Amino acid sequence: MNQAIAAALADEMHGDPDVIMFGEDIAAAEGPFKTSAGLLKSFGPLRVRDTPISEMGFLGAAVGAAATGLRPVIEIMFIEFIGVALDQLVTEAAKFHYLSRGTITVPLTVRGSVGAGLGFGCQHSQTLETWMYGNPGLKLAVASGPASAYGLLRSAIRDNNPVVMLEPRVLYARRAQMETGEDAVIPLGKAAVAREGADVTLVALGAMVPNALAAAEGAPWSAEVIDLQTLVPYDKEALLESVAKTKRLVTVEENPLTGGWGSEITSFVAGEMFGELEAPPIRVTCPDIHVPFGKELEQRYLPNPGYIAEQVGALLETGRRPPHWWEAYR
Amino acid sequence: MTFLEHRRKLQTSRPARYEAMCEIRAFEDRAQALFFEGLVHGTTHTSQGQEAVSVGMAVAARPTDWVTCTYRGHGHALALGMDPSVVMGEIMGKRIGSVGGVGGSMHLCEVSVGLLPTFAIVGAGIPVAAGAALTSQVRGTDDAAIALFGDGAANIGAFHEGLNLAAIWKLPVVFICENNHYGEYSRIDLTTPVEDIAVRAVSYDMPGHVVDGQDVDAVSEAVGAALARARAGEGPTLLEMKTYRYAGHSRADPGAYRPEGELERWKERDPIAIYRTRLIEEGELTPEEAGDIEDRAARRIVEAEETAAGSEDATVADMFRYIYAP
Repeated sequence: MNQAIAAALADEMHGDPDVIMFGEDIAAAEGPFKTSAGLLKSFGPLRVRDTPISEMGFLGAAVGAAATGLRPVIEIMFIEFIGVALDQLVTEAAKFHYLSRGTITVPLTVRGSVGAGLGFGCQHSQTLETWMYGNPGLKLAVASGPASAYGLLRSAIRDNNPVVMLEPRVLYARRAQMETGEDAVIPLGKAAVAREGADVTLVALGAMVPNALAAAEGAPWSAEVIDLQTLVPYDKEALLESVAKTKRLVTVEENPLTGGWGSEITSFVAGEMFGELEAPPIRVTCPDIHVPFGKELEQRYLPNPGYIAEQVGALLETGRRPPHWWEAYR
Repeated sequence: MTFLEHRRKLQTSRPARYEAMCEIRAFEDRAQALFFEGLVHGTTHTSQGQEAVSVGMAVAARPTDWVTCTYRGHGHALALGMDPSVVMGEIMGKRIGSVGGVGGSMHLCEVSVGLLPTFAIVGAGIPVAAGAALTSQVRGTDDAAIALFGDGAANIGAFHEGLNLAAIWKLPVVFICENNHYGEYSRIDLTTPVEDIAVRAVSYDMPGHVVDGQDVDAVSEAVGAALARARAGEGPTLLEMKTYRYAGHSRADPGAYRPEGELERWKERDPIAIYRTRLIEEGELTPEEAGDIEDRAARRIVEAEETAAGSEDATVADMFRYIYAP
């Protein structure tokens, strides 16, 4: 997936001289996850820059550059680092169009690596989607593999709004054959049916898409897996269409239970289709705790394919919400 | 008068600078009164006493330079050439307001005069101005950016990160600290260990100068020199304008925490009075002409208020506009 990201960046930089890129260690070192391999060499130090370790400063500079005509892409090495710069994203970038009566646009892309699975401990393993999704003016997309990383990133860069593009760290090393070029661009706001099925709709994002697919594979029930791809704005039509067919909804989310985006999705679908559902919509999530460090604990923390399959199977069997695995520990 | 004519006049005519300062003073006095009288909603932050910084900056800046400033921004917006009825309209929540009446006093913006949306978060405009300067650098133009901020902002991370980034990338930007001696309700010596903010330039290997912020000629000269340096590719400059805020921090603040006599001492160095005396002494104005200018400025603000007050309120439909760009 890291190569797909570098390819998307290169393709957009070739196509538009206003696209520039900066972040910590992204130029000379080509990014800690090698997501900017070859870019400094191809596009030079005016357009591809290393920054000091100062997210507030360089995210703010990206807002200023975007508001005055460039199309910057910045990298937040670990999404947690955006905490010190959130003002610039949420309070400035997201509101400039509104606060200029539409005369200013902020075509800014903020890329950040997210998620658990690599043993980085609780300050470098969160997804933080919940920090981003309640903010009008921002868009939010999440990659679930090489093809979606490429396709969504190209759209994010072209979009005239600030777009946060989250990249699960655990997927950077995934390899797949994929197309690049114009046909591989994925529009923002559109979900993808990653797998068709009849009995239940699993809605997932990012690294939980491969997990949901693995859970569905070989299960005695037939699951449709929706890769939401964009969380803001999310694809309401695709959700309603799928659940109209399956009558059951399960969201699979790499976030603590409380306040996660699955609440929004289940609330929306239940509000529209309550009478048609054959089971309560349920959410498969992480517990309301910090991400643990140890390999086995980290895998237990995440909604792994076995646990997803267990939850879905129990829902189909009983028609009731199965208990969360961690309830014994509370 | 178009904003371009206004800016050209500021550059070529010292009486025009005098008039611009009078206009800001009249505007701010009226804005404050409207809030006190409860005729408008919300809050406001006025800049009486700081007019020379606004006008001196606008004399030196080009119309194609970008400016970021703060929630205390009426004076800068007017000096840059925004129509007073547009600023007043915004304060009153009118559709003719600078952002259509949905922003309020803290949120002005006018791309044609180079004013980015004004910042209601302390320090936030500093890195954004660096980014506007980055656009000039990447595109190879010689436009520059100016960040105006208060002394309170000199302690927030955005100041240090913005100056550092601008220095390391040699960005064409001028950082102007309006040191009015109070960060909100707190005197600078309670919050800041250095007396001169300008010394902080040393940390970022850029020139730092203390400037008399009550002297419009001194301001325009200092900003002009810093802009010339920026345009020549020599990087950023930090300028500290020593000035004083006659009003409290905001509408609700009478400024009772100020030591007795401090306000009066600063009023003896009133930027408008200083300039009036100078122009008369140097033969550029007669007292009668100065009086005419004052009357004209005051009248323009009365008219602006009438225009704004008689115009249409922002509507419910306006709240839904411009959330996302197409």
